[in-house]
Formats: sequence, C-alpha cells, structure tokens
Amino acid sequence: MSGPIQPLAVSAYTVTSALGQGLESHLAALSSSHGGLRENDFSSAPLACWIGRVEGVEDAALPAAHAAWESRNNRLAWLGLQQDGFLERALDARQRYGAARVALVLGTSTASIGATEEGYRHLDSDGRMPAELRRPPIHAPHSLAGFVAEALGLEGPCLTVSTACSSSAKVFASAERLIRLGLADAAVVGGVDTLCDSVLFGFNALELVSPQPCRPFDQARCGISIGEAAGFALLERVDSAPGAPRLLGYGESSDAHHMSTPHPEGLGAELALRDALARAGLHAEQVDYINLHGTASQKNDEVEAALIARAFPVTTRASSTKGFTGHTLGAAGILEAAIALLAIRHNLVPGNLGCTHPDEACGPQLALQSEQRVVNVALSNSFGFGGNNACLAFGRAPA
Amino acid sequence: MSRLQIHVEGIGLWSPALADFGALQAQLDGAPPAAATARPPAASLPANERRRAPESVLLAVEIAGQAVAMSGHAASDLPCVFGSSFGDQLISDYMCATLASAPAELSPTRFHNSVHNAPAGYWTIAIGCHATSSAISAGAATVGAGLLEAATLSMTEQRPVLLVCSDIAGTGPVGEMSGTRSSFGFALVLSPMRTPRTLVSLGIELTPHARHDLRPAPAVGAWYESNPIAASAWPLMQNLAKGEGACTLAAAETLALRVALETAV
Repeated sequence: MSGPIQPLAVSAYTVTSALGQGLESHLAALSSSHGGLRENDFSSAPLACWIGRVEGVEDAALPAAHAAWESRNNRLAWLGLQQDGFLERALDARQRYGAARVALVLGTSTASIGATEEGYRHLDSDGRMPAELRRPPIHAPHSLAGFVAEALGLEGPCLTVSTACSSSAKVFASAERLIRLGLADAAVVGGVDTLCDSVLFGFNALELVSPQPCRPFDQARCGISIGEAAGFALLERVDSAPGAPRLLGYGESSDAHHMSTPHPEGLGAELALRDALARAGLHAEQVDYINLHGTASQKNDEVEAALIARAFPVTTRASSTKGFTGHTLGAAGILEAAIALLAIRHNLVPGNLGCTHPDEACGPQLALQSEQRVVNVALSNSFGFGGNNACLAFGRAPA
Repeated sequence: MSRLQIHVEGIGLWSPALADFGALQAQLDGAPPAAATARPPAASLPANERRRAPESVLLAVEIAGQAVAMSGHAASDLPCVFGSSFGDQLISDYMCATLASAPAELSPTRFHNSVHNAPAGYWTIAIGCHATSSAISAGAATVGAGLLEAATLSMTEQRPVLLVCSDIAGTGPVGEMSGTRSSFGFALVLSPMRTPRTLVSLGIELTPHARHDLRPAPAVGAWYESNPIAASAWPLMQNLAKGEGACTLAAAETLALRVALETAV
C-alpha cells in the first residue's frame, strides 16, 4: 500500500457542463436540484435519449492564431478556459514559474473524433477527408492537449491521458508525480469530452443508454445519459497558495476483469479507494462527502453502492451528480473533482438527482437531497472501460 | 531537477520484419532479414481473446509480453503505461464510416475496443494485474512523453513499471491524416534502481525550449519514417541493440529528452 504524499494546492479551478459555464452556475444548480439534461437534439441521426449538452459551444470560435485546431471539442476547451478567470490564472503561473516549469496533463476519451466523424460524412469526390478538415493534428487523441498547450504557451511536460471515463481523474496523479520529482513547479490539469456520434451510438449499441433522464442508484434506473464538459485545475506546491483547497491523495487500480463490465465485487474500485485514503493519510471516518461514479448503469451502481455501504460510516455522505450533468466520460473526473471542491468551499452535499427509491445495495450514506453540512474532506470516484479506476481525495486548507 | 536515471530490465520489439529485440540485434550484426509476418502472436492472451482482439491490442500485448519475459518479473506485479499516437486506426476508420452510413448498426464490441486504453485493458485482464494502468498519447512526442510518464511513475512508486509504445498502420481517410503506413511497437521494463536484472541504465536529461534540436531530420524514405513510434524510437532501439549511444527524443512540442545509455557495471 502506498505511503502518504505531500498535499498540493488546487490554487484555481473551473468547470463548464450542461449546468452552465463556470462554478457559480454549478453551485446554483446543485443547491437547487436543477438538472441540465435535455432530450437528444445533437446526434446526426435520431436517437431517443437524454443528453447533457453545453450551451454556447458552437459560438466559441478559437482565436485566429489557433484556427488550425478548430473542432467542437477544442471550442468547448476554449470556452471552459475562459470561465472563473482560469485562463488568467494559468498565464500567471506561466509568468511566475516559466513556461517550461508548468506541466500540462489533460484527460479526454473523445478528443476531436467528432471532427473526424464530420469528415467521413462529407468525404470529397475522391473519398478523402474534405479540404477544410484536412488538418492532421485534430484527428488524433492529443488534439486537446496540443491545442491547450499552444493556447496557454506552455512548454513543460505535456501529456494526454485517455483511459475512458477515468481519464481526467488520473491527470492529478501524473501531475503530482512530475511536481514531486521536481520536473515541474506547477501543473494545469483537466479534461474535455464532447458529445459525438461515436459515444451516443456506441453506448447505445452496448444497450447502456437510458431513454429517460438517467437515475443513478434508483431501483428503476435503466442506463446512462451522456453529457459533455470541460474543466481545468491549477496545481502548485502548498507554500505557493496556503489558503487554497488541497489535493490530499489519489488512488489508481485495474479491475483485471472485463472490458466493459465492472468487477462484480468492486475489487478494483476498492483498491483505488484504499490507495487514495493511504496516500492522503486518511481513515474512512474522516471522509465527509464522496462524489460517486454512479452512472446509472445497472452494474456500476450496484457494485459501487455495496462498496460505499461496507467501507464508510453513516456520517459519510455520498451522491452521484450524473443526474444533473449526464455522464461526461473522459471529462467526468475533472467535472466531479470540481464538484467535490465546490462541496468543500460551500459546505454543500449535492443531492443524488433522479433517485427516489434507492437500490437495495445502497447504504445510509446516499444523500437523495442536497444538504448543508460541514465538508472538510471530499472524495471523487471515476471508473472506466477496461477496468480502469481512479479515486481522488481533496481537503480544505487547515485554518 | 532536470535529470533522471532509470534502469532497463526488459525490452520488447515488433514490426512485420522484426519479431523481437533479438531479431534487431541480429540484423545489426549482419544477419539476413527474416520473412515478414502479418500478425503479432500475442501469446499472453487466451486463445479466444486473441481471435477477437483488435490489431492494436495484439501488437501492444506482444511487445509487453516480450519485455516482461526478458525482465523475469511477474507481469501481474507491474504498473503499466501504454502509449500510442493514434490508437486503433482500423477501428476509427470503421466507426466513422459506419456512423456516416448506418449509425444504428455500430458494433458494440468494436466500440468498446475503440477506447485508447483497450490494450491496457486486455493486458491487465489477461495477466491479472490490479496495479495502475494508463493509456497516453502526445502526438509525435508520444515516445518521449510515455518514457517520462513511466519513469516518473517508477521513481515515485519505487517499483518496476512496464512502458509499451505502439501504433498500427492506418487505413482510409483517417489513415491518410495520420500518415501511418506500417506497424511498430516497443516495450521496456523500467526499474528505479540498478539490480542484477539491469540490462542497461538510461540517463535522461530534459532540455526545454528545444525547437532546433527537435526539428525532424530530412526524410530518407526509410520504413520507420512511416510510423510515429518507430520514427521517434528507432535511434533509441538501435542504441539499445548496440549497448551504447545517446539520442534525443521529443517529450512535448519544445521539450527534448536526451537519453544516454550508461552500461551496467
């Protein structure tokens, strides 16, 4: 088992999802139990489902200097960077530390595949990518990080993590290792995933998409609602931002069970959880809130509910916020990290929107409605295809 | 800090013309080239998985298995980092073509095999690894960024780590975008300390703002130029086969890694 790490300051963070642009809109929606899902009006062919679509992505054109990176995913990244003053905070870190001392680690599962799909719908008369989309860097998994590195002018280590739905949780771990070894003084981490036909029709083919708004942990749940999001956080050593909330720990593991079904006893999920607690130097009793993976798929919720029920006391509160945002896949890690940080900042336990009759595997920890209570320590779970698990631990700065 | 030292305990390599690292050494010693094979054997996978697994998985699993076997470690003990510039381009081409014509007919299996971490998933399932596994990409800098990710993981966790970097040949419009016309991959087992298993040590130095050093050499029409992993890693693979030398890898657009072999004493 891993030993404790030195916590890092999360000196700035922001998120944009179906709940709106920036942290204030997320706080307002979570406090008032006002979800952001709508009937699917996105896919190129009809598909009866609900989605978490971000308003305004189509209008967020990239600056002319970065036009070669144009794609819907990079537009969402650009929109997200401008919320909560994050762009200025990242540029300030570049100024303070130097461009080569700020790492960039971003998670995505879709990258700009939506642009590749568009190209295939409009192939030219020779069956080739249409001229406007003949821009190789956007047809690769590194499209997002390549664009953001250029937009922020960062020249440190730069990495795309693409482990399906744990992608933008694992970025915190990679960044912590770079800072611990002194290869960087700060890191911009985060992730962006956008709605596209690949994920809508792909999860539909797996019979995992709900025809109704998703209902995590409810007995009557019948699948996920897919969403999109962009989120970013700035990590620095604690002495640079002593009052900022902290990354206390992280855990990573592999199920070694099945490509698209979680381990039936939640073995990998529990390993990631125990790993995160060990690195944070925490006992389960010290955890005030857990933002659950809670996708509303039959299997995930059953397994995760049982894990929380057996591993935590009644005093720990837990909820999935995917009823608000949909499952934002590669961006779920950073979206829900931001929600965990909001929970600490505002002493708010978000309710588990969409659940009225909890699965019998659920323990008393599940918070159906939002609650105002002290949150000093919050965890966030993210589990992906391939049995790829991550758990993050955040805490309030000591008074 | 801008210097790292990491120790190599196992090396895997596969291309249609090179079945393993030993074949590369033999080729450099003047042995005649072997006949090309179409499909990596990927013996670590159970037979039924081997039939179903996509080509990107077969390649990654083949070289991972080779490197781990050479290292003598139990595969299930090793955290792993799988790097690829483009993922499975055959599946990307299939999916984009199907979505453009008949989206409701998309294959569920090909969809779950399309995730960038499919090789990591198949590998950890086949060998029963519960340690952390990752799947990364960094465009043309995937090899350097992957080496940095695996080395930092090994050094902070103080345990050996498996690094696998591979790309398969592309096809269709997306293959034209990637320019990848051949398959190649290599794998290294990296240890944070020198041990009796150490084959060679790597001194790694980070040099930022390295625009000039990272400018690609003029194309000479060699096969390794048509694969992003081979194009970066070919000098390092040759140095490993010779047991000496230094080369420069991109770890990001302007971040260079100088990788020098330091022979085990």
